[in-house]
Amino acid sequence: MNSFEYVRATTIPEAVNAASAQGAMYLGGGTNLLDLMKGGITRPTRIVDITHLPGLDRIEWLPDGGVRIGALVRNADLAHDAKFARQFPAVAEALLAGASAQLRNAATVGGNLLQRTRCPYFYDVASACNKRDPGAGCDAHGGDTRLHAVLGWSQSCIATNPSDFCVPLAALDAMVEIEGSAPRTIPLEEFHCLPGDTPDRESVLKLGELIVAIHLPSAASRFAAHARYLKIRERTSYAFAVVSAAAALRIESGTITEARIALGGVAAKPWRARAAEKTLAGARPDGAAFRAAGEAALADAQPSGENGFKIELARRIVIRALKLAAAGTPERIPALPASPFAAAAGVLLHA
Amino acid sequence: MSNSISLTVNGVARKIALDDPRITLLDLLRERLDLPGTKKGCDRGQCGACTILVDGKRINSCLALALSYDGADILTIEGLADGDNLHPVQAAFIAHDALQCGFCTPGQIMSAVGLIMEGQAGDDAERVREAMSGNICRCGAYAGITEAVLEAQTEIVARDRRQAA
Amino acid sequence: MPDISLTHAATHTRHGSSIGQPLTRRDGMLKVTGRARYAADHHPPGMLYAALAVSTIARGRVTFLDVAAAKAHPGVVEVITHANAPKLAQDPDAKLHPFMFRLDVLQNDRVRYANQSIAVVVAETIEAATEGAALLAPRYDVEPARIGLDADASFVPNSVGPDFEAEAHRGDVEQGLSTAARRIDAVYETPPQYHNAMEPHAIVASWDGDRLTIDTPSQGLAMARVRVAGLFGLKPENVHINSPFLGGGFGSKGVISGPQVLGIMAARLVGRPVKLVLRREQMFGPVGHRGATRQRLRLGADINGALTAIDHHTRTTSSTFDDFFEPASEVSHTLYASPAIATSYEAVRQDTGTPLFMRAPGEASGSIALESAIDEMAHACGMDPLAFRLHNYAEAEPISGKPFSSKALRECYAQGGERFGWARRPLAPRQMHDEAGLLVGWGVGTATFPAIMMQGEARAVIRRDGTGIVETGAHDMGQGAWTSLAQIAADSLGLDLDHIEFRAGRSDLPDAGIAGGSSHTATAGMAIHGAGADAIAKLADIAMADRRSPLFGASNQGVIARDGRLFRRDDEARSETYAEILGRAGLAEIEGRGKGAADPAAQSQFALHAHGAVFAEVKVDPEFGQIRATRLVGAFAAGRVINPRLVRSQYFGGMIWGVSFALHEHAVMDKRSGRIMNANLGEYHVPVNADVPSLEAILVEEHDPHVNALGIKGVGEIGITGTAGAIANAVWHATGVRVRQFPITLDRVMAPTA
Repeated sequence: MNSFEYVRATTIPEAVNAASAQGAMYLGGGTNLLDLMKGGITRPTRIVDITHLPGLDRIEWLPDGGVRIGALVRNADLAHDAKFARQFPAVAEALLAGASAQLRNAATVGGNLLQRTRCPYFYDVASACNKRDPGAGCDAHGGDTRLHAVLGWSQSCIATNPSDFCVPLAALDAMVEIEGSAPRTIPLEEFHCLPGDTPDRESVLKLGELIVAIHLPSAASRFAAHARYLKIRERTSYAFAVVSAAAALRIESGTITEARIALGGVAAKPWRARAAEKTLAGARPDGAAFRAAGEAALADAQPSGENGFKIELARRIVIRALKLAAAGTPERIPALPASPFAAAAGVLLHA
Repeated sequence: MSNSISLTVNGVARKIALDDPRITLLDLLRERLDLPGTKKGCDRGQCGACTILVDGKRINSCLALALSYDGADILTIEGLADGDNLHPVQAAFIAHDALQCGFCTPGQIMSAVGLIMEGQAGDDAERVREAMSGNICRCGAYAGITEAVLEAQTEIVARDRRQAA
Repeated sequence: MPDISLTHAATHTRHGSSIGQPLTRRDGMLKVTGRARYAADHHPPGMLYAALAVSTIARGRVTFLDVAAAKAHPGVVEVITHANAPKLAQDPDAKLHPFMFRLDVLQNDRVRYANQSIAVVVAETIEAATEGAALLAPRYDVEPARIGLDADASFVPNSVGPDFEAEAHRGDVEQGLSTAARRIDAVYETPPQYHNAMEPHAIVASWDGDRLTIDTPSQGLAMARVRVAGLFGLKPENVHINSPFLGGGFGSKGVISGPQVLGIMAARLVGRPVKLVLRREQMFGPVGHRGATRQRLRLGADINGALTAIDHHTRTTSSTFDDFFEPASEVSHTLYASPAIATSYEAVRQDTGTPLFMRAPGEASGSIALESAIDEMAHACGMDPLAFRLHNYAEAEPISGKPFSSKALRECYAQGGERFGWARRPLAPRQMHDEAGLLVGWGVGTATFPAIMMQGEARAVIRRDGTGIVETGAHDMGQGAWTSLAQIAADSLGLDLDHIEFRAGRSDLPDAGIAGGSSHTATAGMAIHGAGADAIAKLADIAMADRRSPLFGASNQGVIARDGRLFRRDDEARSETYAEILGRAGLAEIEGRGKGAADPAAQSQFALHAHGAVFAEVKVDPEFGQIRATRLVGAFAAGRVINPRLVRSQYFGGMIWGVSFALHEHAVMDKRSGRIMNANLGEYHVPVNADVPSLEAILVEEHDPHVNALGIKGVGEIGITGTAGAIANAVWHATGVRVRQFPITLDRVMAPTA
C-alpha cells in the first residue's frame, strides 16, 4: 500500500474540500478501498476519512413514508432494522446475501454504491485494463470470461458491478443524494455508468462529490408483500453473484398492477429490466407471464466471452425471482438469504 | 492531523502513536501491541481469521485502518477469557473439537461471540452456519464449530437469564 | 520453549489406558485463548520485516528492478535481488533425494513461473517492506508461457508420486475389454488446486554467528534442518527450528520452500532477525499445488456386472524444472477386483511452480475419476452402485494378489449405507425432489488410502519422581499430534497422561519423520511405543536383578507396567513404583530409545490399506444448477483409533476436502500469461460453513495385527477419497447429467435451454 495523507473530516464541506484534490479518496468502511489499496489497484495520495462525520449514520423515515438512509449506515445495521426490513424486504435480503457478517458490519451503504468490479483483470495489476489504466486495453477479452458481462458491455470493458444491495435499489427507484459543488439527488439507475469508451468512469460522481444518503421513496414500500432478491453463487455463502435478480410485484385481485425487476452480475451497473416490467403490467402472475418477462429482460444480452450460459441463467433467475415474489415475501428473511437453498417451505437440514 | 489515537484494547484504555498512516488494526495488534492471537490469513477480508470485536461488533481487522478507529473499544481473543475462566464459546470450541490447526480459531471464536451478541441466529443451526460463513476453516472443523456456537449460545442465554433473575 | 507449555490437563476419563480415549486437544486451551504462538507471531528484539516481490510473468528473465525507488521508500533497509543475493553453499537446483525440490532463491535472473520470488525487500515495518516490494516495478524479457495439460508434447515420467512405477499391469486389459459385455471409456479432468492452509508460509529467522534459529511451520523438521544447513553451509546441529503449531499444512509445508529460505538469507544479509510471511496471493506458486490431471478410464464388465478390465491412464503436469507427477492412477491398483488392471502415465511440463504432495496426492484425483467411472459402469449394468461395488469387492489386493492385512470395507458399506438410508435410493437418476422442488441425488464412493509408515525416532525417560518425559520432533498441523502421541506416550510408559511431559515440534528432538502420507501417528507412535518399551525394560532389568525388589527374579515371567508401578505378571500382588526402583538404584532417570518404521515382512506379505465408504446427498436447483452437498455419511475402517474425537475431526476435514474437490476449488489459469486469475480466497473457493450442513463419520472397528504393533493405519487423507466421487455420483443421480470435468460447476449441470 502506498503512503498517503490522512485527513479526518469533521464536516461535509470540509470533506468535500479535502477530497476535491486529484488523488484524494473518501474512506468509509474501508472494506473495498483497503482491499484495492493492498492490491495496488488504487493508490490514493490522500485519504479523507468520513467515518467521523456526524449525522450520516441514521435511518430517517420521511413524512411522505419514504426513507433516507445515511451514507454511513452499516450494511448490517440497515438489514437488521426491523422497520426497514419490513418495508423493503428485498433490499434487506440483498444486503444479507452479500459478503460476510464481518464485512457487512463494517461496510457502509454509501460505499456499497462505489464498490468496484471483481473482474480479475482489473484486480491483476499486471494485466491490461482500461478501467484501471485508460487506454491500456482489456486483457479480459480472450481470457477467463466466464463471469463477465452479458449486457451493456463494450469492447473496452466487459466487467460487471458486484453489488447485491444496488440491485433491489435500482428496481425500487432509489435515489442518491450527493453533496459537492452542486448538491443534487439523482436516481440510482442513473448513478452508475456503462463502460462505453470510458470504463474508468464508473459513476456520475465528479471529483470531490460525496454520497451522503440513499433515498427509497414511499412507493417502493408498496411492493413489500411481494419482493424478493435471489442470488446464484458458486458456494452457498460468502461468494459474489454469478447472476442475481430483484423482483417486486404489486398484485391486486390476482393481477399484477406493477412489476419491478433488476439484475445483478450481468453488467457494469445494476440492470433495471424495464422492458420486462412492462410485459407484466396487467398480466396474471403465472409462469407464462414470467417467462415472457425473462425473455424481455435478456432480449439484448450478448455473451462477452465464454459466458453465454449466464444469459440463460439470468433469464431463469428473473422467472424464479418473479415466482418467489408472487408467492409472497416470507415472514422472516430465510436462513440462507437469497439462496436457491433458502428452503422456502422450511425444509430442515441436520444440525 | 496527529497520527495518535485512543483505543480501548481488551479493557485497557491506551493512547497509541502510529508511526505510519497505513497501519491496519490487524497489524497494529499483531506487530505493535504484542497481541498476535488475531491472525492474518489473507489480509483482504476473504477469510475471517482476523476477526475482532469493535464496539461489540465483529469486523475484519485487516480492512480497518487504525487511524479511522480512533476512540474504538476493541476486544481480541486475548481479552475474551476472564482470567483462567474461559468464555463459554472458548470452552465449547474445545469440547466440540471445533478446531484443528487452530489458526482460524481466534477469528472463529470472535466471530461466534459477535454472532451471539447480534442475536440473529437463535438456535437455528442453518442460520448459525450462514452467519459463520465469513470464517474459513481449511481443516474443515465446521461441524464442531456449529455445535459449539449453538451450545455456547444456549449457555450464555441461560446465564443471562440467571443474572437477570 | 519458554512460551509453550502443554501442561493444561484436559478433562478426561481414564479406564486404565489413554489410547482410545476421546480426549479433548491438549493444546486446545492455548489455541482458543490466542496464546498458541505460530511462526509469524514471533517478534525477537530488533526484528525487521521482509516482503517478497514476485514475478508477474511465467517464463523469461528479470531485466530491471527499480531498487532505487524501493530503497528510497522510508523504512526500507535493504533490497535483495539476484544481483546482490548471497550465493548459497549448495545449488538450490541440486536434487540429492526425491524429497528435495528445486528452489528459486535469487541465485539468477531466471523466471520459471508466475509468483516466483524475484526480490526481497527488508524494512523496519511491514508496511514499508510491502510497499517497497511494490515499488520495484520489474521489467522482463518475456518468453511465451506454456500452460495446461496440452502445453507441450507429453512424455512418460520415470516415476510418479514419491517413487511409484509409471506403468503397472496385471492381466491383459485389452483382452478384458474386448471380451466385456459392457464397456465404459471416459475422460475425467481435475484442475490445479492450491493447498491454501489458513496460515501462510512464514518464517522468523535469527542468526547468531553460524547458529541459526528459525520459527517456521514444518511438516518435516529433521529434513528441513538438513536442507537449510545444506543451503547455508551449516552443521545441521547449528540449525534450530521451532514448529510447535502449524496453521495447516496439507503437504505444502512438507519441504522448506524458496520463500522460507529467502527469509533466512535476508536475516543473514541484514544482520538482524527477519520475519517473512507470504501474502495469500503469493501462496499460488512457490509452495506447491496439486497438478491438474486428465484421466482416461476404460472399464469392462461381464454380463453379470463383474469387472473384466480396469485401464487407468493419467496425463498430468509438472513444472519445467522439477518433477512431481500426481499419481492418480494408483488408486486403481487396490480398490476393485478385476482380472486385468493396467495403469499408466504421461506428463507435460508447464511454466508453473512445481506441483507437490497435496492431501491425498494421487488418491484424491484418482478416486474421483475411478469412482465416477465405476458408477457409470454400475449404471450401464443396470445395477445399484453399492451392489456393484460389493459385487466387485476385492478380497485380495487386485494388482499384487496379496491379502489385505485387514479390510473392514464391507462393514463400512453396511454401516454407512444403513445410517444413510441407502436402501431407499431409486436406481434411476432424477427421481427425487425435496418439498421446495430441488433435485435430490444420492451417491456413494469407496474411500481408500495406503497405510504408510515413514521412519521416526523417539526418546522416553522415566524420572526418579516416577514421572516421564517423552520426546520426538513430531508435528501438529491440526491432526492432534500433541494429544494422540501423548496418549501413546503415556501408555508406552504405563503412566497416567498427567504424569508425563510430552515434547514435540522442535528440530532438536529425535527425528519423527514427516507428517505426511497419513503416517505420522503410526510412525511417531511406534517410535514412542518402542522408546517406552525400552525404558520400561531397563527399569525392569534393574528391579528384577535387585534382591530388595519384590520383582526380583521375575525375569521369566516379565512385568506389567501400569499406573507408574511394575507388577510381576505371575503375581500382581508383588509390585513397586518406578520411583522406588530408581531411588534404590540411585538413578536420577532412565532413558529408552525407540524407532518407528515399516515392517518389511508385513509389507511383502500383505497389502496395507485403510478403507471407507462415503454416502452423499446433494441438492441441485433444477434450473440454476447450483449444488449443495446437504448430507454426508462416511464410515471408515483404519485400524486402531488412538483418539476417536480427533479421528472424527480428521474424517470430517477430509470429507469437506472431498466436497471442495467435487464442487469448488480450482485455480483459474490465464494461459496467455501463466498467471492465476483467482489467487485469493475470495474467488479460489473452498467450502464455507454453509456448504456442509450435515456430516457424520462412523468409526468402524478394525483390528490389524500386521500393519504395526499398535495396529494404527492413518486417518488424515482417506476422507477426501470416496467423498469427492460420492458427490459427483450424487450430482449425476440428482440431475441425470454426468459431469466429467471437476469441479462440477453450475453451468455444467444447468439443464439445457428449455
